[in-house]
Amino acid sequence: MAQPRADAPSKIILAGSDLSRVVDRIAHQILEKTSGATGTVLLGIPTRGVPLAHRLAARIHAFEGVEVPVGSLDITLYRDDLRLQATRALGKTELPAGGIEGLRVILVDDVLFSGRSVRAALDALKDLGRPSSVQLAVLVDRGHRQLPIRADYVGKNIPTAHSESVKVALTEVDGADEVRLIGGLQ
Amino acid sequence: MAYLLKGVSVLGAAPTDLLIKDGVISDKTDKDAVVIDAAGLVALPGLVDVHTHLREPGREDAETVETGSRAAALGGYTAVCAMANTSPVADTAGVVEQVWRLGREAGLVDVQPIGAVTVGLAGKQLAELGAMADSAATVRIFSDDGFCVADPKLMRRALEYVKAFDGVIAQHAEEPRLTEGAQMHEGEVSTRLGLTGWPAVAEEAIIARDVLLAEHVGSRLHVCHVSTAGSVEVLRQAKARGVRVTAEVTPHHLLLTDELAAGYDPVFKVNPPLRTSSDVMALRQALRDGVIDVVATDHAPHAVQDKECEWSYARPGMLGLETALPIVLSVFGEQWDLIADRMSIAPARIAGLDGHGGDLTKAGTPANLTLVDPSASWVVDPSGLASRSRNTPYAGMTLPGRIVATFLRGEATVLDGKAVK
Amino acid sequence: MIKHLRSAADLDAATATLILDTAAEMAALSGREVKKLPALRGRTVVNLFYEDSTRTRISFEAAAKRLSADVINFSAKGSSVSKGESLKDTALTLQAMGADAVVIRHSASGAPHRLANWVEGSVVNAGDGTHEHPTQALLDAYTMRSRLGRLDGLKVAIVGDVLHSRVARSNVLLLTTLGAQVTVVGPPTLIPLEVGAALSDKTQVSYDLDAVLPESDVVMMLRVQTERMQDSYFPSAREYSRRYGLDVPRLKRLPEHAIVMHPGPMNRGMEIAPEVADSPRSTIVEQVANGVSVRMAVLYLLLGGK
Repeated sequence: MAQPRADAPSKIILAGSDLSRVVDRIAHQILEKTSGATGTVLLGIPTRGVPLAHRLAARIHAFEGVEVPVGSLDITLYRDDLRLQATRALGKTELPAGGIEGLRVILVDDVLFSGRSVRAALDALKDLGRPSSVQLAVLVDRGHRQLPIRADYVGKNIPTAHSESVKVALTEVDGADEVRLIGGLQ
Repeated sequence: MAYLLKGVSVLGAAPTDLLIKDGVISDKTDKDAVVIDAAGLVALPGLVDVHTHLREPGREDAETVETGSRAAALGGYTAVCAMANTSPVADTAGVVEQVWRLGREAGLVDVQPIGAVTVGLAGKQLAELGAMADSAATVRIFSDDGFCVADPKLMRRALEYVKAFDGVIAQHAEEPRLTEGAQMHEGEVSTRLGLTGWPAVAEEAIIARDVLLAEHVGSRLHVCHVSTAGSVEVLRQAKARGVRVTAEVTPHHLLLTDELAAGYDPVFKVNPPLRTSSDVMALRQALRDGVIDVVATDHAPHAVQDKECEWSYARPGMLGLETALPIVLSVFGEQWDLIADRMSIAPARIAGLDGHGGDLTKAGTPANLTLVDPSASWVVDPSGLASRSRNTPYAGMTLPGRIVATFLRGEATVLDGKAVK
Repeated sequence: MIKHLRSAADLDAATATLILDTAAEMAALSGREVKKLPALRGRTVVNLFYEDSTRTRISFEAAAKRLSADVINFSAKGSSVSKGESLKDTALTLQAMGADAVVIRHSASGAPHRLANWVEGSVVNAGDGTHEHPTQALLDAYTMRSRLGRLDGLKVAIVGDVLHSRVARSNVLLLTTLGAQVTVVGPPTLIPLEVGAALSDKTQVSYDLDAVLPESDVVMMLRVQTERMQDSYFPSAREYSRRYGLDVPRLKRLPEHAIVMHPGPMNRGMEIAPEVADSPRSTIVEQVANGVSVRMAVLYLLLGGK
């Protein structure tokens, strides 16, 4: 995948309160489509999927008073591009105390692009148990899928060129909330 | 054939012409002499090695008398003393005569066999030292090199016995009980590498004992490959007391240290082992002072499979003949009188090789000499060496000093840096 | 990431910590029903064992298999090795078989260094002569960290035949890299020369176990072979065990929180009393379990990337 240069021009797509509003919207959609988020577990994909999952759980709790269990699912060992890069450090895999068996798992990630991360997450999930169903929530869908995968909940669709990249920053990890589109044609 | 060396510098002196005719240095003229442009070249008396392993008979896959002789001539040598640890061991008149005869047939250097001190180098019973002395090989140096004559009574007897024919015992100083399983110098590096240590005291204790024995019985003693600062001190004191002891140091102990073992490449495994830099400094000083009398190569060829293996399975030893003079030059610089004495004159005296280590400025001196180009440098390439083996520790190093020509009794053995046969 | 693990000295603090952190993740994954992970699918790991060591070989084998690597066990018995094939020829054979990593156990110090010259894949030292055993040190460090919560500033006593111990060498190197304070303890005959200069200048030496124990957070007992007696390293097993064995009275000299480790196999009654080996302070069984996680981490970090 072509990466834009570090000094490439960029523009902010979402910032601060916009991003919060998008998260709120996803939380509402989840409540709507899951009949109040019962029997549901949120699993964030490291790195930024994990704080996103926690934010969604917090918003759901604020809206409806429902406690949705949150965990994390590291996909490093399941990636299909492990050998294309230097060895990656592992992220954490932590299932909520109630596990995932027979529950609805919603995978949470920051950006949906080729779909390969989601495929790896599905493989990883399979080794952990048998949920009743699996859904996908993403903050940004930038298109260019390489696998037959789509998200159930999308915060914002951002049409991009292949040469561009989308960078999500979250306060918990990066110190500020922002979604930035980098590179591409000027 | 006569040779006229034009513009040669004898031991660094002002350029002159040197005529080699009828096997000697001549003060006459010869119009038919082959003229060699020797401008910028230094003439040294042919080098003499009191410690060479030629491996024949027994390990002809590692070296033969012929290949070793060629390596010697290319290194500027006109005489080498061949160690006795062959297979069969050179512990009888028959074996030493065989080696001597092979040397004559090769005709590139004088090969002077060393006889074993004990039968089979086993350290139990004296070999027939007198028979070897009386043989065609006229053996004068006796050594169990590779093994120490550890038994003090046997060592005393050997020292005494060879007085009858002006022989000398060359001791491989290594107390065997202190070096069981030893792989390298005992110290910081051996601790780090987990290799069994060869303590300096194992050498020093034997040298101390042997100089006392030699003093007690009034015999000559020669100490092989001195490797430690402590040994130098023992020798210094013994010489000051007038003990008739001589000693040698190898080029590798004058240059290399035990740190080289760090990669476990057995090309750096040697016995005695490479020591520390303070030992190296003490050995250099001792050679300058004359506490150590000579540089000897301990040229020890080994077949590839004996070195391309685990460190502890590898055989100890390094090639030395073709690199000795360049190493000494790189360590001491162009101190030609020192080099001539420690690499030719003194070793010829110790080995009783009349005709070697002579004065090149005197007419009538046997024409055993070598021409060195001190300004040329070269990169050591193991596959370019004349030895049958490849175990040089200097591979890839750039060394000063190229041997241009070597003459043995007036006949060229090396010309233009190439062996004539 | 490093290419080979031949010595604990190959690891700087950051890399060593990455291995321990990765091992913690591997340990967490090992608790689940499906233990196999796909990370090393299609990779080949060869266990080249010139010495019998079933426990180490099985540990590496389990680690490689849990990461889905193909494992070939090549042991000195019943192979061309016992027919005198050289290490180099064996290496070329393994190379031709496409080994991505060779885990080597050998009685000659430095054999892994030699092997690394002859194979293109990674070389992992599983114990070489009296030199090193870096994965043992990693699992020891992992065990200390999980029991005591840290390594930095930890006081560790390594007791016994340090001279002949590959475990001791690797532990001194690794633990000092990670900030622990190591004291090697034993009779002077079994403490190598210049151990501080050779391994780490932070290493202390003591001949007095009783003086060291009250100060120690960890005491690691090394196996002492009774054959050393014949070579006059110490007079008798009884005297050794009296001066340097960890018995119940000595265990009581340790601080409350301190742990007792042993790389195994133990000589019960020699360097360690059975009551001590079986006490709750002993981590000996834990060490074995942690070995698999640590070796998974090492194999993943050496082979997982490009």
